Amino acid sequence: MSKEKEQTQGTPISRRNFLKGVGTGAVAASVAPTVLVGAETAAEAQMGDKITRAEIKLNINGKTYEVEVESRTTLLSVLRDGIDTGGERVDLTGAKSICDRGECGGCTVQVGGKAVYSCMTLALEAEGKEITTVEGLANGEQLHPVQEAFVQHDALMCGFCTPGFVVAAKSLLDQNPSPSHEEIKEGLAGNICRCGTYPFIFEAVKTASRKIGG
Amino acid sequence: MASWGEARDSRLIGKRVTRLSGAEKATGRAKYTFDINRPGMLYGRILRSPVAHATITSIDLSEAEALPGVKAAILLIEPGKRVRYEGQEIAAIAATTNDIAKDAIRLIRFDYDELDYVVDVESAKADGAPQIRDDWMGNQSEPRVDERGDIEAGFAEAAVEVEATYHAPVQTHVCLETHGNVAEWDGDNLTVWASTQAVFGTRQNLAQHFELPENQVRVISEHMGGGFGSKFGPGVEGIAVAKLARKAGAPVKLMLTRKAEHLVGGNRPSMTQQVRAGATQDGRFIAYDLSGYGTGGIGAGAGFTGPYVYHVPNYRTEKSAVAINAGSARAMRAPGHPQGAFAMDSLMDELAEKLGMDPLAFRRMNSDSDPRRNKIRQAEYTLGAQEIGWHRRNSVPGSGTGIKKRGIGMGCGLWGGGGGPGTQARVTIHSSGAVEAVTGTQDIGTGIRTVIAIIVAEELGLKPADITVKVGDTEPGLPSRGSGGSQTIGSVAPVIKTAAIAAKRKLFGHIAPLIEAEPMDLRAAGGRIYSAADLRLSVPWKEATGYLGMETISEGGEWDENLRVGDTAGVQFADVEVDTETGLVKVIKVVAIQDCGLVVNRLTTESQINGAVIMGLGYALLEERIMDGQTGKMLNANLEDYKVPGTMEIPEIVSIAYDTDRKITGIGEPPTIPTAGAVANAVYNAIGVRIRELPITPDKVLNALS
Ligand code: FES
Ligand code: FES
Repeated sequence: MSKEKEQTQGTPISRRNFLKGVGTGAVAASVAPTVLVGAETAAEAQMGDKITRAEIKLNINGKTYEVEVESRTTLLSVLRDGIDTGGERVDLTGAKSICDRGECGGCTVQVGGKAVYSCMTLALEAEGKEITTVEGLANGEQLHPVQEAFVQHDALMCGFCTPGFVVAAKSLLDQNPSPSHEEIKEGLAGNICRCGTYPFIFEAVKTASRKIGG
Repeated sequence: MASWGEARDSRLIGKRVTRLSGAEKATGRAKYTFDINRPGMLYGRILRSPVAHATITSIDLSEAEALPGVKAAILLIEPGKRVRYEGQEIAAIAATTNDIAKDAIRLIRFDYDELDYVVDVESAKADGAPQIRDDWMGNQSEPRVDERGDIEAGFAEAAVEVEATYHAPVQTHVCLETHGNVAEWDGDNLTVWASTQAVFGTRQNLAQHFELPENQVRVISEHMGGGFGSKFGPGVEGIAVAKLARKAGAPVKLMLTRKAEHLVGGNRPSMTQQVRAGATQDGRFIAYDLSGYGTGGIGAGAGFTGPYVYHVPNYRTEKSAVAINAGSARAMRAPGHPQGAFAMDSLMDELAEKLGMDPLAFRRMNSDSDPRRNKIRQAEYTLGAQEIGWHRRNSVPGSGTGIKKRGIGMGCGLWGGGGGPGTQARVTIHSSGAVEAVTGTQDIGTGIRTVIAIIVAEELGLKPADITVKVGDTEPGLPSRGSGGSQTIGSVAPVIKTAAIAAKRKLFGHIAPLIEAEPMDLRAAGGRIYSAADLRLSVPWKEATGYLGMETISEGGEWDENLRVGDTAGVQFADVEVDTETGLVKVIKVVAIQDCGLVVNRLTTESQINGAVIMGLGYALLEERIMDGQTGKMLNANLEDYKVPGTMEIPEIVSIAYDTDRKITGIGEPPTIPTAGAVANAVYNAIGVRIRELPITPDKVLNALS
């Protein structure tokens, strides 16, 4: 992300003019960023008709990362497109981009302990909260009971929806450690699987619930 | 001659083995094409036609190219050419971030002269409709006519007749990982990570397009998020991304948007058929006259099956395709079969009712002209009827009382799935004891990786997790077919099996003298190699392979047709509840019995049957591409309005992987065939009014009831 900043700043033509020209100026978010980067003046930064950039700190899976985002950047794209830690890149591609508009649950992560669609969450909104992705559930090689149960019951085929289901299932069990069959269905109703792994997902959640002691 | 041996001797084959890639997938570590992030990688995006039919008059990329962060822009159509459906490719760009790519797309200026379009089949057939395909006269293909027996004589013999029109809509694949690729050039060498069902086919297409020898193109598909028949070859987007990468001098990722996936990623053609059929008083299906068509959008094919499964001695069918201004059809899970089966099984019920016969008895009488399949099918009827409680069905359809009415119905299917030659594979045993199995197939979610491990482990007396399986990469130069037609296992398993046997024999030959045993007495089991003639002669696996020293055993295999079988039969039963006030159909239970030949991994086979049934439920009750005649656009190109089954729609599913042989068969497709027919018949049994049009949505139910 930082590489892109230089390029954006280094050009004489401001993005603002371009975007105004095509009528997308309103895309700029109304969320106030912590630090504004790339704004020519503070006033301009507050005009709200420009895509502003901000440096924020995100706490992901117990680690703090400094990332530079645009006001419109979603949490999902921060995770998936890689975080430049000033050396090694961190790619958290477990959460998937499937619909990118809150219809499928493939991008589900936990923010502040709650399951959210990360494609519908701005990176700015997640600042200061604990973010847990599917990569943060296992303890080293030791899988989380939900993950273990998914493998045991073959609750995955192509596996593309699986990270979203795993996080959604974990969140469900966090709230309701021993859900009934109907409660499992309702709890996971925000996720879609095209391969049709649902029956084995239901079994997996029941097994995980027993393991967790629900 | 190689064989799979007897069931009682199998340690692993036919048992429930968890997927090798399970932990990777459940932890998010599995890398799909969509997840590949290469150093310096750019993001590609495609500008698509917003209209259904137009001549492009100009395209100006300059403003987009000038946007900071944009590294390459290319045309995908020349000005002067026609676009013929919404979503057709116009231009593509690559930029440093996805968001900049989106902005850049909006900066491409283009102009077009709109032309008349047609997006519904009936209007496309009418005189004066805009011409869509250049290679047809009008918009309807030359019908294909098939005839057998004497249809007039057949109808003369018939005691009852049914005339009906059945319709099924266009269904889209909805792969959760959209079509797409990451392309990277190193000089004249191209590497493409592809979400594909055919790494070797994709390599060939790319090599041809860029005029490169095949060995300069590498295609990798380690994991892929669903294809269902729509992902063979690189497609327009695959060629575009490789061009962008070359132009930008950097790797580029280009995945279709969800909307584009619906518009251009393929679909199952629609079907409309008018049928007249007759049966004799004693219950013989005697005559069948069908005239029908479907649309594959601008694509040429829209075939469907019929007559289907059931034997009818006299028939005439006339089938054609109708072009409309919409994205082209592609193969979709058992192409042609689910639509044909829905109509056929509805018709069988209608005929049975006219005869006053039990629909199951009527099917039994007319079942399947193939003797092997018929034997299996008759057994499946018995098993399925027991499982669902066939006796519970309403003997008078719609006779249940109350607001919510229950009903039971059934449907059938058949499929090939026997595989074929052309796969190369190697099984390698290292002196460390490590075992590798490598072949150029790909795991599209079916579990072939695990099947390969099971077969090798069974042969070598090891555990599946001991085997390293490498698939989804052209680099080792071991080609295999595309994963379509449920052909993967039948093509791959025999080669793996014979390669494993060859590797084992080599190892036995090597170590027999060292442990003073005869090679032919040696056996591999339980992680040891021992002599059957003298059980004291026994060494652990690693000790045995240690004798190899600097040597490595690496053996290929042969496709052996005696190890696989095709032509499978499937039967399904559905129990539904129809709310007569809201029109909502709730499926309570599905019993799916799928002839599987020899089951290799029962766990993943059941997963496949479950998944196929669920896709069939979507076809029966939910899914339909809706085109808007006013604008020529698809109205529901997203996951909210195009409804696929979610958790709330999942009934109890009893998936029975039915062992019928000691030969392998692929079954990824067949269990999706019978579902819609079974549900439609169950709905009829519940409410006593027949709905001949899919999907069976509440509005149709309420209309039928009123
Ligand atoms: S990708 Fe976020 S809900 Fe679909
Ligand atoms: S496992 Fe493929 S979409 Fe769920």
